[in-house]
Amino acid sequence: MLAKRIIPCLDIRDGQTVKGVNFINIINVGDPVELGKLYAEQGADELVFLDITATHEGRKTFVELVRRIAQNLDIPFTVGGGISEMKDAEALLAAGADKISINSSAVRNPQLIDDLARNFGSQFVVVAIDAREANNHWIVTVNGGRIPTEKELFSWAKEAENRGAGEILFTSMNHDGTKNGFANKELAKLSEILTIPLIASGGAGTMEHFADVFKLGKADAGLAASIFHFREIAIPDLKHYLRGQQICVR
Amino acid sequence: MKIAIIKYNAGNIRSVDFALQRLGISAMITSDPDEIRSADRVIFPGVGEASTTMSYLRQHKLDALICDLRQPVLGVCLGLQLMCAHSEEGDTKCLDIFPEMVRRFVPQPDDSTSFKVPHMGWNSVSGLKTSLFNHISEEEYFYFVHSYYATTGADTVATCDYLVPFSAALQRDNFYATQFHPEKSGKTGAKILENFINLIV
Repeated sequence: MLAKRIIPCLDIRDGQTVKGVNFINIINVGDPVELGKLYAEQGADELVFLDITATHEGRKTFVELVRRIAQNLDIPFTVGGGISEMKDAEALLAAGADKISINSSAVRNPQLIDDLARNFGSQFVVVAIDAREANNHWIVTVNGGRIPTEKELFSWAKEAENRGAGEILFTSMNHDGTKNGFANKELAKLSEILTIPLIASGGAGTMEHFADVFKLGKADAGLAASIFHFREIAIPDLKHYLRGQQICVR
Repeated sequence: MKIAIIKYNAGNIRSVDFALQRLGISAMITSDPDEIRSADRVIFPGVGEASTTMSYLRQHKLDALICDLRQPVLGVCLGLQLMCAHSEEGDTKCLDIFPEMVRRFVPQPDDSTSFKVPHMGWNSVSGLKTSLFNHISEEEYFYFVHSYYATTGADTVATCDYLVPFSAALQRDNFYATQFHPEKSGKTGAKILENFINLIV
């Protein structure tokens, strides 16, 4: 049976992990490669590395880092942040990334999804969507949730699929950082209208939240950052708990 | 030991090289016919579209070369599909090393929420045969990413179930192939690559 995936997300600035404390088994917690390997050994199914560097020098550092990740990591990984044109994606593919995630750049230029999928295959293209609910409308936002757009969540997700996205990564800005659980109702609706896999993000606080996101939210994968980095939930414990809830995990 | 990874117009070739490096094995990524013919092991990886990659192989006369190899050959993902008889992707005649057909996963309307296409993620495999699976237990998980699958038949040496049972691995004579990505399947995947390198010829 296809297992539900658990995906830790690492924020990277200037080639270093931004969050992360108290990891005793690794020498350098700031090194994304070391942290990534530790997560892989603990049973993470995939990893996401998000570059939050804005500078040109930082971008170059990130591409070099992606190459080091590809050499060292034996599970699939997605890289995102600052990918706005084909040549950015090409550089990351050449460095060894399995998938790239695009967000604001896809909203501004939807054709980018078609171009990336045609050139590198749908399996390479994750479209990340940050959306916020206001008056029963789910509005797509850009620039880390700061700027609302004209787009509506469900139609944009479907459009991204039709343009060739291989996966949708949905973050509810209403839930992100609250640790009160994922946006299960919206996730279930997305899962119903999409024929491609759905990654849920935003709101994970407890192990029960992961059971809910798979059972109620019908998500194919659950992504979280801080609860893993701050060791509030250990991946082996989470997998053990989910197995007990009759959820298929690796 | 000389290991050749066939270089052609498909993605994901470097990942296999990295995985071998992690095992302390060095390989060459090459499209040179002499280098490929004289290698002790040949790996045929790839992610891409069947018809464009097959026409590339034909243009560069790599199709006949692959079929004539006598040393152990390992196809991965698209490599497995191209080693089958025919693919529905672009209605493509393939290398016909394995008699299997490659078909597209078609999600049924009533189970669209549980069966997404592509089949992406970790799935368990069973019915393990051949020394490729030495020291690997039944129902182990491997990482898959694909929208097309090879049917099962006499050459099937591992089966996976997603919408339908399909060939997770195939073997005939010196030809081996996996639909999953051993280079991305953690320690279990690394074992597959190690087993392939250590095959007794």
